Amino acid sequence: MTVPRPLTAYPAGRHALLVELSDAEHTAAFHTEVLRRRAAGSLPPVTEVVPGARTVLLDGVPDPEALARRVAEWEVPPVADDTGDVVEIPVRYDGPDLADVAALWGVGPGEVGARHASFTYRVAFCGFAPGFGYLTGLPAHLNVPRRSTPRTRVPAGAVALAGPYSAVYPRATPGGWQLIGTMPDPRPLWDPERERAALLTPGTRVRFVTADGTTDGTVTKGTAADGAGPGGTATDGSTAVGAPREAGA
Amino acid sequence: MTAGLTTVRAGALTTVQDAGRPGHAHLGVPRSGALDAPAMRLANRLLGNDPDAAVLETTLTGCALRPDRDVTVVVGGAPCPVKVDGRPAAWGAPARVPAGAVLDVGTASAGVRSYVAVAGGVAARPVLGSRSTDLLSGLGPAPLRDGEVVAVGVPARPVPPQVAAPWPGPPAELVLPVRPGPRADWFSPAALRTLTSATYRVSPHSNRIGLRTEGPALERTSTGELPSEGMVLGAVQVPPDGHPVIFLHDHPTTGGYPVVAVVPEPALAAAAQAVAGTPVRFTLA
Repeated sequence: MTVPRPLTAYPAGRHALLVELSDAEHTAAFHTEVLRRRAAGSLPPVTEVVPGARTVLLDGVPDPEALARRVAEWEVPPVADDTGDVVEIPVRYDGPDLADVAALWGVGPGEVGARHASFTYRVAFCGFAPGFGYLTGLPAHLNVPRRSTPRTRVPAGAVALAGPYSAVYPRATPGGWQLIGTMPDPRPLWDPERERAALLTPGTRVRFVTADGTTDGTVTKGTAADGAGPGGTATDGSTAVGAPREAGA
Repeated sequence: MTAGLTTVRAGALTTVQDAGRPGHAHLGVPRSGALDAPAMRLANRLLGNDPDAAVLETTLTGCALRPDRDVTVVVGGAPCPVKVDGRPAAWGAPARVPAGAVLDVGTASAGVRSYVAVAGGVAARPVLGSRSTDLLSGLGPAPLRDGEVVAVGVPARPVPPQVAAPWPGPPAELVLPVRPGPRADWFSPAALRTLTSATYRVSPHSNRIGLRTEGPALERTSTGELPSEGMVLGAVQVPPDGHPVIFLHDHPTTGGYPVVAVVPEPALAAAAQAVAGTPVRFTLA
């Protein structure tokens, strides 16, 4: 029998419920359960299911109080390590903060990439910009602080670390994370013309693979400099790079 | 046949808006959409449009447009002078603009955002199911620029017979009902009393992302860092300076400052029309 998970449900206005869990792992499990029940038709109608670091927001709920009572009684199984789509992100580990991160990790700059790419990550939640996923999976002893002075411009495709999270910037924005690498062609991360606009959706598992020149050439063959339009290479599901795969495939 | 509106004067900030793109917050996509949704819907209904057909949302200084075919428009929301080729035309009711004439939507005499609905609707290309401009993340059409041509769709129905349309006036004082939570327990009871008893004012730094307020700071009892969590429309978020910000339609989908209370959506239309300096009172809903 599954032990009920510690959970606190806070009303957020008349039509939303913010469910707080004890840690990231329980949050992932609860989020997975919400999606499972939504797909099965056993969840009251909701317009938004927004996971956070320790919370899941259910918005557009007809009766938040009633839903709060129901979720408190759910049995929530832990998330199995092999559930969810897996995407592979090619990375050149050439970021400007590689030496700083290496020093914090106590390794040589050349070892950061292999270490970072050795873990399987999971998109815990999105935010900050469309398609920007906060990836968990880095062990606690490898967490690094944000930079004391944020950069005014972090380029699209930057692979970055902050606290417990890894991320890939889908577009150029200001940012304070430690930059360790580059996804050669970041266009697959966000394409609103595609059926699945964001590559990194909550619950997706992610592996970073060290990119070589060949991979770089393969994924940047498109001509559109301002992002992939309809029919562009980034929307081509046949490319192995950045294409979501079913679990176990 | 479709028409095009040439932008003669874009104004301070004119954007395309419809009902927005709810349902994508988990991807980091704001809902966006008309800030004064009832004004958008009323303008559309007066034209026989779908209530959520895309319209233009102006900011304080209006805009001017020249259609290349005869069109019928309704200018509503914030009251403002409306002229067609220099002659006064109807505000809040259908007005005919002949091909080549200039529709001038003047500076708001009260309120902030006027809505320009066109029979047939604005036909900008939808992104994730919506034509709305999202100023936080840059989705949807960019704000209007001088010389730009705005496409207009084909009217599905003739303009219906007119009924008297009640247009609520912009608020002289903004009264916002609030429900405490979800993070009211991060604040002292005194802070909650301050919120619901003090008078705040609308800050000039308000925008489509949030209505910023000036007034007594709300003191937190919990000084820890709040891990990022989902944010609802109408959330009253309290940043470190203690001044409440009410999240409007282009608000970020997640945030790390505690939300002391939530303003219900129907009250946000008035918030969208409150000019800088308007007194704000929060009342327990």
